[in-house]
Amino acid sequence: MNQRSNTKERSGLYDPDHEKDNCGFGFIAHIKGKKTHKLVRDGLQILANLDHRGAVGADPLAGDGAGILVHIPDQLMREELARDNVVLPESGHYGVGMVFLPRDEDTRNRCVDSIIRSVASEGSTVLGWRDVPTDNACLGESVKPNEPIIKQVVISRPNGVVDQEEFERKLFVIRKQAHKKIWYPGEGDDGDSTGVFYITSFSSRLVCYKGMVLCTNLDSYYLDLSDDRMISAVALVHQRFSTNTFPSWKLAQPFRLLCHNGEINTVRGNINWMAARRATMSSKVLGEDLDKLWPLIGDGASDSATFDNALELLVAGGYSLAHAMMMMIPEAWNNNDLMDPARRAFYEYNAALMEPWDGPAAIAFTDGRQVGATLDRNGLRPARYMVTTDDLVIMGSEDGVLPVPDDNVVQKWRLQPGKMLLIDLEEGRIIGDEELKTSLAAKHPYQEWLDRTQIQLEDLPNEIGAMTPDPETLIQRQQAFGYTQEDIKQFLTPMGLNGDDPIGSMGRDTPIAVLSDRPKLLFDYFKQCFAQVTNPPIDPIREELVMSLVSLIGPRPNLLEPEGAGARHRLEVRQPIISNLDLERVRQIENHVDQAFKTSTLSATYPATDGALGMEKAIERLSLEAEEAVQSGFNILILSDRDVDSDHIPIPSLLATAGVHHHLIRTGLRTSAGLVVETGEARRVHDFCLLAGYGAEAINPYLAFDALTDLAPKLIQKVSVDELHQKYIKAITKGILKVMSKMGISTYQSYCGAQIFDAVGLSESFLSKYFTGTKCAIGGVGIDGIASESVRRHAIAYQGILQFSGALDVGGDLAFRLRGETHAWTPETIGLLQHAARSGDEKRYRAYAKKMNDQSKKLRNIRALFDLKFVDTPVPLNEVEPAKEIVKRFATGAMSFGSISWEAHTTLAVAMNRIGGRSNSGEGGEDPVRFKPLANGDSMVSRIKQVASGRFGVTAEYLVNATDLQIKMAQGAKPGEGGQLPGHKVDEWIGRVRNSTPGVALISPPPHHDIYSIEDLAQLIHDLKNINADARVSVKLVSELGVGTVAAGVAKAYADHVTISGFEGGTGASPITSIQHAGSPWEIGLAETHETLVRNQLRGRIAVQVDGGFRTGRDVVIGALLGADEFGIATAALVAAGCIMMRKCHLNTCPVGVATQDPELRKLFTGQPDHVINFFMFLAEEVRELMSQMGFRKFEEMIGRRDHLGVQPVIEHWKAKNLDLSRVLHSVYAAPGVATRHCEQQNHGLEKALDNVLIEQARDAIEDRKAVVIKSAVKNTNRTIGTMLSGEVARKYGHAGLEKDTIQLKLKGSAGQSLGAFLARGITIELEGGGNDYVGKGLSGGEIIIYPAKSGNFAPEQNIIVGNTVLYGAVEGECYFRGVAGERFAVRNSGVTAVVEGVGDHGCEYMTGGIVVVLGSTGRNFAAGMSGGIAYVLDENKEFDSLCNKSMVDLERIEIPTEDVDFEEVNSDLMKHDAQRLKGLIQAHFDKTGSDRAKQILELWEQYLPMFVKVFPVDYRRALMDLKRVQSEQSVTSENMMAGE
Amino acid sequence: MGKVTGFKELERQDRSYAPVGERVKHYKEFVIPLPEPEIRSQSSRCMDCGIPYCHNGCPVNNLIPDWNDLVYEGNWRSALDTLHSTNNFPEFTGRICPAPCEAACTLNITDSPVTIKSIECAIIDRGWEEGWIEPKISLRKTGKNVAVVGSGPAGLACSQQLARVGHSVTLYERNARLGGLLRYGIPDFKMEKHLIDRRLSQMLAEGVTFKSNTEVGITISVEDMLNEYDAIVMTGGSEFPRDMDVPGRELDGIHFAMQFLTQQNRRLADEQILANQSISANGKNVVVIGGGDTGSDCVGTSIRQGAKSVTQLEVMPKPPKMEDKTLTWPNWPLKLRTSTSHLEGADRDWSVATKAFYGDGGTVKGLELVRNEWEAGADGKTSMVEIPNSKFKLDADLVLLAMGFVHPKHTGMIEESGVELDDRGNVKAGIEDYKTSRKNIFVAGDMRRGQSLVVWAISEGRKAARSVDNYLMGSSTLPD
Repeated sequence: MNQRSNTKERSGLYDPDHEKDNCGFGFIAHIKGKKTHKLVRDGLQILANLDHRGAVGADPLAGDGAGILVHIPDQLMREELARDNVVLPESGHYGVGMVFLPRDEDTRNRCVDSIIRSVASEGSTVLGWRDVPTDNACLGESVKPNEPIIKQVVISRPNGVVDQEEFERKLFVIRKQAHKKIWYPGEGDDGDSTGVFYITSFSSRLVCYKGMVLCTNLDSYYLDLSDDRMISAVALVHQRFSTNTFPSWKLAQPFRLLCHNGEINTVRGNINWMAARRATMSSKVLGEDLDKLWPLIGDGASDSATFDNALELLVAGGYSLAHAMMMMIPEAWNNNDLMDPARRAFYEYNAALMEPWDGPAAIAFTDGRQVGATLDRNGLRPARYMVTTDDLVIMGSEDGVLPVPDDNVVQKWRLQPGKMLLIDLEEGRIIGDEELKTSLAAKHPYQEWLDRTQIQLEDLPNEIGAMTPDPETLIQRQQAFGYTQEDIKQFLTPMGLNGDDPIGSMGRDTPIAVLSDRPKLLFDYFKQCFAQVTNPPIDPIREELVMSLVSLIGPRPNLLEPEGAGARHRLEVRQPIISNLDLERVRQIENHVDQAFKTSTLSATYPATDGALGMEKAIERLSLEAEEAVQSGFNILILSDRDVDSDHIPIPSLLATAGVHHHLIRTGLRTSAGLVVETGEARRVHDFCLLAGYGAEAINPYLAFDALTDLAPKLIQKVSVDELHQKYIKAITKGILKVMSKMGISTYQSYCGAQIFDAVGLSESFLSKYFTGTKCAIGGVGIDGIASESVRRHAIAYQGILQFSGALDVGGDLAFRLRGETHAWTPETIGLLQHAARSGDEKRYRAYAKKMNDQSKKLRNIRALFDLKFVDTPVPLNEVEPAKEIVKRFATGAMSFGSISWEAHTTLAVAMNRIGGRSNSGEGGEDPVRFKPLANGDSMVSRIKQVASGRFGVTAEYLVNATDLQIKMAQGAKPGEGGQLPGHKVDEWIGRVRNSTPGVALISPPPHHDIYSIEDLAQLIHDLKNINADARVSVKLVSELGVGTVAAGVAKAYADHVTISGFEGGTGASPITSIQHAGSPWEIGLAETHETLVRNQLRGRIAVQVDGGFRTGRDVVIGALLGADEFGIATAALVAAGCIMMRKCHLNTCPVGVATQDPELRKLFTGQPDHVINFFMFLAEEVRELMSQMGFRKFEEMIGRRDHLGVQPVIEHWKAKNLDLSRVLHSVYAAPGVATRHCEQQNHGLEKALDNVLIEQARDAIEDRKAVVIKSAVKNTNRTIGTMLSGEVARKYGHAGLEKDTIQLKLKGSAGQSLGAFLARGITIELEGGGNDYVGKGLSGGEIIIYPAKSGNFAPEQNIIVGNTVLYGAVEGECYFRGVAGERFAVRNSGVTAVVEGVGDHGCEYMTGGIVVVLGSTGRNFAAGMSGGIAYVLDENKEFDSLCNKSMVDLERIEIPTEDVDFEEVNSDLMKHDAQRLKGLIQAHFDKTGSDRAKQILELWEQYLPMFVKVFPVDYRRALMDLKRVQSEQSVTSENMMAGE
Repeated sequence: MGKVTGFKELERQDRSYAPVGERVKHYKEFVIPLPEPEIRSQSSRCMDCGIPYCHNGCPVNNLIPDWNDLVYEGNWRSALDTLHSTNNFPEFTGRICPAPCEAACTLNITDSPVTIKSIECAIIDRGWEEGWIEPKISLRKTGKNVAVVGSGPAGLACSQQLARVGHSVTLYERNARLGGLLRYGIPDFKMEKHLIDRRLSQMLAEGVTFKSNTEVGITISVEDMLNEYDAIVMTGGSEFPRDMDVPGRELDGIHFAMQFLTQQNRRLADEQILANQSISANGKNVVVIGGGDTGSDCVGTSIRQGAKSVTQLEVMPKPPKMEDKTLTWPNWPLKLRTSTSHLEGADRDWSVATKAFYGDGGTVKGLELVRNEWEAGADGKTSMVEIPNSKFKLDADLVLLAMGFVHPKHTGMIEESGVELDDRGNVKAGIEDYKTSRKNIFVAGDMRRGQSLVVWAISEGRKAARSVDNYLMGSSTLPD
């Protein structure tokens, strides 16, 4: 940590900790271990071909870092050192350290000295130093000042070190100590204030060359790499795409053992757990050396570096590289019934040793003897590999990274989720995943050990759980824990009845906890973090197979003594929310399982007489008690507040948990005991997530259970108490899964302690003491403030306060209540705004604005605390930019047609078009009717078209009819979550606009399946730019700490526009947990974004929009001063159009016709475009007045002028007075000439696109519909082929496009990503070679045919032909792929017919239409969330049944046809004629690709047909039947009518 | 919310009334309550709005959606608790409140608000019926003495609240019986008086001392009171009626509405009325001047007394039948309101100003009237202009002046105490602390805010109680 702040100053909101990186990576290895220079050159070639996966910032020569890890070139080293008369011992008997040294001589000497001393202390000697030859001509100007002096140190193998293994361990120890001396200098030592010193590698086998160099320049910089003597049998390469570009040499990859493409989401927790292990860790292999390795983690700022640190420890501690990787990134074993039991046992056993390092990860690793790669359990990173006839294995993020002659290819495959590829260079062979894992699993009797030691909590003997108290005591307890009526009515009741976390709508408009007058729970001060861009969220429902709630309670075994764990008992629970009875099982466990466990219950309450000031001491006491308990042999601690009564105040359960957790980490005792929380406080999902996030291994919410018991007899529904409890637990655990998956975390074990939260309004000292490592943008209350809230609640409960006697507080968080929480939208503000908008009466608007802006009595938001600084002489109002110009900066928010009515949607669009602002289509597509202007000159077109994860209605035509294309990464009300439009809401109209079948449910996945990382986002931006170069591409993000760095990455990914949404943003339906607790206020996110962009010199390139709770001109002005160019205003505009904040959008019962599709209710909509226009004009006028008073003439002058913001001098508020806004208000220093607002254009590099040539050659077709055939060679850097061309077609011919095959592209080679994205009808791509990821994304009527090179020697049906996420969001068209596709084939396909010879995991996920034929095996989780369309799968091995996710589909045999039917008939009825249809498609596949597989099936049709399985979604069949019935009724009617005539 | 689509499926259904012919024969209440199942299904029409506009429309901020839901569930007891948590006397408001909550109801956008008032009334009536209403006697006494002066709804609510937190409360009333306007101003056919009595009984048990026939400032001096009590709350109402200065005003047979209404209520309560002071509409042509609720009460009372004809005049123009909801909702709209009394047989006329009364032998015989127009001036304010040649006459044997109340009576308590008044002659006090300019003296209800609704009086009484408690104890546990 110290290290970090030295190098990059943290100021304002920017924090280098937030930097994220995603990348391109790969390796090449010679299976037999043959070292050549060519292999090194090939490695560099791979790197160069991944260029587009990296990024450059403002300085074109300053990449984000690149590197290569190779074998030590013995000859080169030997000869070079010989010049200094150093004679090296034989290879393997000397180690080479590659060292970055500071330029400052004193410091450098200190660093060199620390190496020398460390070497000496381990009994080794420095043989010599070598200046690594470099040429910095290729370095960027911004990098040069930080360029280190790079040296290699060569040391001898110490005497007594018996083998190379031990030598490697020694080198590890030496390196750690050398770093430690400099990084953590003792008293009086200086260390390295420059932060440059870093040993990139220190090994007797490998050496790493890396730096802040463009990947193509790596060998120009490091001259060694071009040296013929530089030979290696392995080259691991990596190209970094960082969200930021502050030069950091050491963050370039590879690290010592690996390079990583991805992100470790749980890294904070993993670091804590590693630290917590110190006391329990010992190693036979390392012996006393282990102590020298501390601090274990910390030599790099990045998650990847941290991962490398941990991996090194495991390897040094005796694990094999593969074993260690499997522990850190286990595949999903928990719910996998198909897994070999021995392997499951292996994983289950190891799970107790280490929590998973969770997150998307493709990792390539090598120790010099073995080289391999593995993928996370979700397979969220692409990794393709190829084996060649000359014994090379080439692996990379995509296919075609190194050109190989077709006939040299032995195998082309991909890394599959959770799978490992391992090459043993010494054995000279590839060890397959199966073999490797089977042999590891067989090494020890894991199952036997488990059987002996694994205790399931539920298997323990029955105990007696506590009974629910009398009503009076119950209500007092509820009051003491701050229960409200809303908790009972809106949370506990629905959860107990339905087993789901309840849904709500619209946004949160109540104050953040620290601004509230009411005593808030500590939980409310924390905001959930979520994944956006650099890392995808998971769908915990459809992809349940990767999720796990299993929690282990109790001490953790010694990490470095793998066998030792076999002797220790371990207590497992299936999920962490435990009943009263289960809690007693934990409490009484001492008498069972051989006294392995001993539980101590500690009271988390303290005497009421000590008051608020007593709490700090109470926690101290509790922490010490916990420490003593552990030291005296208790290994499970229960923190309990059950003894709350009139004399005892409960410590907030979160504070007690986090406090004890961190105290035990600090004392190194945490892994010696389990932590269980027995609390009356936790009741909502968010509460449990926090307790988990700060270390609770299990939680017993006794008061929630009591409340449910009390409810049971009062409910209309007759439900047993037991059922209520079970459903409640289910609701909570489902909710926890959802919150975990928002951050892309799949196991409770790694979520536990991972601290995936930001705090708002808590003081730094409070956080660093009890919530160590938690970040907070706005400092605020400390322990006393939090304690006084507890005291207030306690007084309400036990001091007979009449106001509350016999009844709970109303709450008023969800719905407005006068005695409840403060809201921005009130009967008054809504009334005033609507009356103003409808009457055009500016006075009423002013009254409205005054109510909204004046928060001197009741605070609602952060901006209320700001003070605008006015000038003495205002600018005359008539000199201020006119309102009609200002309104152009306004946009309405993204609301889909579907979530709101046609009337409301078009009213907003017409209004915005009239004033030159922008309206947003939302994610539901758009009726093409709206693309044409109306007769009166109005336009209903939404100028902003949204591209969301569901891709509903996203066609080429849709995309070309936009001025902005907005990629919705996240939404303020529910960041990190998907959505679902239930079938009954999809009427004919909405279905048509979304290209789906009426009546069939539509699921939006949580992630964009083509954006798992920043470089993926860059690719989608590129795709969208290709289809519509004139449109600005925008990326919508949600405010959280670190959003600024993501925004910087977005700018570097060439987005033209970025939206920062505040958490107040609305929604049509979202779990209340998310509406209330995810995301942070826009003030924070915007301030950080602006600051980071300016510091990175990127601000000029990108327009910044902000939204989420803008209601007045003052809000707009504050947004501008904090750095926004543009503003999204949704809720207020909707209110002007008639919304009255019923918060019933999700129920379809909107009584004013806004958020409903009910025809009767829609009639009640009274909004007019003029109402909306009035509102926006009033808003702009208010802005103008404030501008005049601040002395601004032009709006743009105001952008980013934080110096005009001050803090409101006196706000009378018992909590808010402690707020520290300095980081938000911190002025950003911009160097002269650096833009501080949007004023430049991005360079999208579209001129390099192959399509420019294609369009030229297709001129005749585009202009005159004449057929053309175009031939071209392609390679992996030719990305997004055919898309720009499709844009031309769609612009001219709309979705109808051209006649089939009008433009035929015949291509050869490995095509880059997004081949044929949004391909329009009339265009056919035929590719000989192979495709990468995203082939046919958004296919809009075109056709794609891919087959391997005809000269190839391998069997296509056993090799990969296209990558991951093929046909994502495809709408219409045909595809034929001769070979196997990667994961997520045809995900969200809504109409394409495709034939393929095998698919990976999650095939046809979320599909809503179209036909997919798989002539081979599938991966797991096929058809998850598939609500429409049909798939036919050839199931030769009879395993499909277990691979298919059958929650929404039926599997059927295909009937043998008895009659011949014509082609038209076959296609007219999807419920019949399967055999004929299937045969026709296979025939077409053969005709187009020449597939042997197809040929064989056709030849043996009778034999094969019975092996096909039809996958038929239940919903879809019902909808088809409905449709058919309607049609036949109609035809009967029309016949009757005709007969009547 | 019980039923998501209740509002779509069910029509509004409200309480009905006994037929006119029958009800005008007596002075009893004539509202026919809805049967329980109907009330429950009506309550399911409530949409449990994200912003319950009713809640703000209601001056005591009744938790309407909450008790609607409880009624729908059949959980009457909890509904009663919830209702009582914001309103001391729902049986009063459930009968006589004009229900601004219903005007603010979201369903009033389409003219079919939830029958909030009827549901409220059903809850409280059932509560009494079931015997669920008990005194809430404080466990501890604070030792503080508080006097509340004036036993109208503000004084009653204030006293009850104060007593419940343990203060010794003495409630002063200058009339013989307690209840103020509730008892004397509101006709029995709108609210029967035994409803007040049972509340008084509850309050007695809760420790409130009643002192009737005692007029502070007359019977007992304010200074003595200040010596005796730790705090005084003035809740004397706004009693000073608006008068008109036109020729003939001095004639017999012209009375203020309140004289007339009070007398009828006394009569029904068997209080003695001196024969020479009796006012009766029997067999007379009655003209009521003033188009408000009091005027309407005069109409109903006159009809019951057997008036020959009843005419109600209003100086303002006839309001529209339907308001423009887009510009009024959720506020209380100006619109034509027809009361049950109007339906019992009265003529109404608007934009009519009285120029003079004429009489015969000192007794009024009729009015000289003129029609007028209202014109908007440059400043946006409207002013009255007579229409030339529009004079006409109207026979009248009894004229009742129901033109509202100007301010509280100043003589006596107010003058003696010397509290500051506002521009309109009401006692000046903060709207949060209800403190007058005089130490230890508080004021609430119409005496502070001017003439208003019973429900406002209850609201102010409650809030003033909280402020007094806060003042005396340093903090308050009372709700507002």
